[in-house]
Amino acid sequence: MSGYTANPRIRWTEWLPWIAALAFFFLMPGYLSLGARVLIFILFALSLDLILGYGGIVTLGHSAFFGLGAYTAGVLSAKLGINDPFLGLAAAAAMSALLGLLTGAVILRTRALTLLMLTLAITAILLEIANKWTSMTGGADGLSGVQVSPILGLFRFDLYGRTAFLYCLVALFIGWFVVRRIIYSPYGAMLTGIRDNGTRMHAIGAPVYWRLVLIYTVSATMAGVAGALLTQVNQFVGLNVLGLEPSGDILVMLILGGVGRLYGAFVGPVVYIIVQDTLAKQYPEYWYLGIGALLIVVVLFARGGILGILDQLRDQWLSRSKPKSSARVSAR
Amino acid sequence: MAFALKTEKLCKSFGALTVADNIDFRLEPGSRHALIGPNGAGKTTFVNMLTGVLAPTSGRIFLNEHEVTRSSQAARVRQGLGRTFQITTLFKTLPVLDNVALAVAERTGVARRMWRSASSHKEIIEEGRSLLDALGLADDAGTPAQDLPYGKQRLLEIAVTLGLQPRVLLLDEPAAGVPSHDTKRILEQLEKLPTDIAILIIEHDMDLVFRFAQRITVLVQGQVLVEGTPNEIAADKRVRDVYLGEAHA
Repeated sequence: MSGYTANPRIRWTEWLPWIAALAFFFLMPGYLSLGARVLIFILFALSLDLILGYGGIVTLGHSAFFGLGAYTAGVLSAKLGINDPFLGLAAAAAMSALLGLLTGAVILRTRALTLLMLTLAITAILLEIANKWTSMTGGADGLSGVQVSPILGLFRFDLYGRTAFLYCLVALFIGWFVVRRIIYSPYGAMLTGIRDNGTRMHAIGAPVYWRLVLIYTVSATMAGVAGALLTQVNQFVGLNVLGLEPSGDILVMLILGGVGRLYGAFVGPVVYIIVQDTLAKQYPEYWYLGIGALLIVVVLFARGGILGILDQLRDQWLSRSKPKSSARVSAR
Repeated sequence: MAFALKTEKLCKSFGALTVADNIDFRLEPGSRHALIGPNGAGKTTFVNMLTGVLAPTSGRIFLNEHEVTRSSQAARVRQGLGRTFQITTLFKTLPVLDNVALAVAERTGVARRMWRSASSHKEIIEEGRSLLDALGLADDAGTPAQDLPYGKQRLLEIAVTLGLQPRVLLLDEPAAGVPSHDTKRILEQLEKLPTDIAILIIEHDMDLVFRFAQRITVLVQGQVLVEGTPNEIAADKRVRDVYLGEAHA
């Protein structure tokens, strides 16, 4: 859907997630904390889709940036007493961007399994640092005492999570807008070119390595902001934001929703967290089993994720309602 | 005297195996030059060294007066070196127009832009369309490259490379795997290419080579056996022995 032949206008269906989010805000006031968590994971998944779905970089270490952002916002407030939410986000963005640039410059010279292992190693190292550096991070107990001053000095974070939800929604909207611009830009078209055929991209003179480092840094920055949001909303940060587990979770969410489709990053986390929440209430010890089964079904029967299934159904419906047109209509 | 491309004592060994042995080669500006040789003569290795895919063991490569022996692929493309691949190397899931547009965007620097939409860069799209027009692919602009018939994929391969406005064009077996009636179409298109582009063609189809090339270099076991005009090459006894004899037997 990116590229020189794609129409960049925002279609009416693309407003549906935002309408749904606002409807959720008014209709489900008791679930706003959960809702804010979903929004944060959508932003995180969106950042992953930028490099995985468009750049073709397979990573098991995206939590490194999410976690660094989360701890940056946490330490800034709990240790340094800087409670302004925007300063927290900015600091997290800067730290994650720096980590993305430095690690990206090293690991993006490799590919495939080597790259996968290196991404995993980086988040594992950060996890170990967060675990051992207890004076700064609180170690295994986590870092409590995070405070968030009112946004713009006006909107206090309330008990019901109303402010938090809208705060995350605005952040996600900005993130979505930026990612969408990039995807439809020449840079986005160039990224799909790298994913489709790296050899050809080299041969037309693209400095592929630098292009990937740059988009990796952008993606890391967004993931860092998502992590900082989580810290601010929870007023706490623990070790569960780093390491393999959150990296795997976000990858599973994106695959469930559909990779390289922009809105797969929206659908995946919603489905994942609803399934998780429902199953965890009934089977607190076995809910991962349900997620695993769901993932197997999606990977076996719908390679494009849940959105891929919807696309197929729409294509079938279109070809049935217009039996005379032999050419199959496809949006991509 | 000016040259488009030159190599000096170019060598490449993989362990004990020498696949390029002191190759001195010169491509004149605007010339039509063919590189032929039996299988395993080292033609593709030679091209890969010229384009920067492989680093030579020793020797030097010059492109338009500049030494590029250690330059990256991207740097060589910026200096005017374009190539096509023996095995079709396209953005196969992307539309035909995007295949060309991506190349044009790289050349013009538009590819680095992150904010304005790709489809609003009309100048890129128009140039892409005129390239497709020139190669007879205008009707296929919206088709995914992988759905094109093979002969047209070979033409698209050339169109993509022309999007770079190369001064030196390396065609690695442009007619490989193409049925013979399509070979003619490819040759027609090749003959229409602007004469200010120096072209080095690597090809097995001898009819195509002898009709297209003004000069021919014969490579055997990593060494230049002989270089000359098509008539000289056709008359050369050694060439007949190692190469043509076997092909015309």
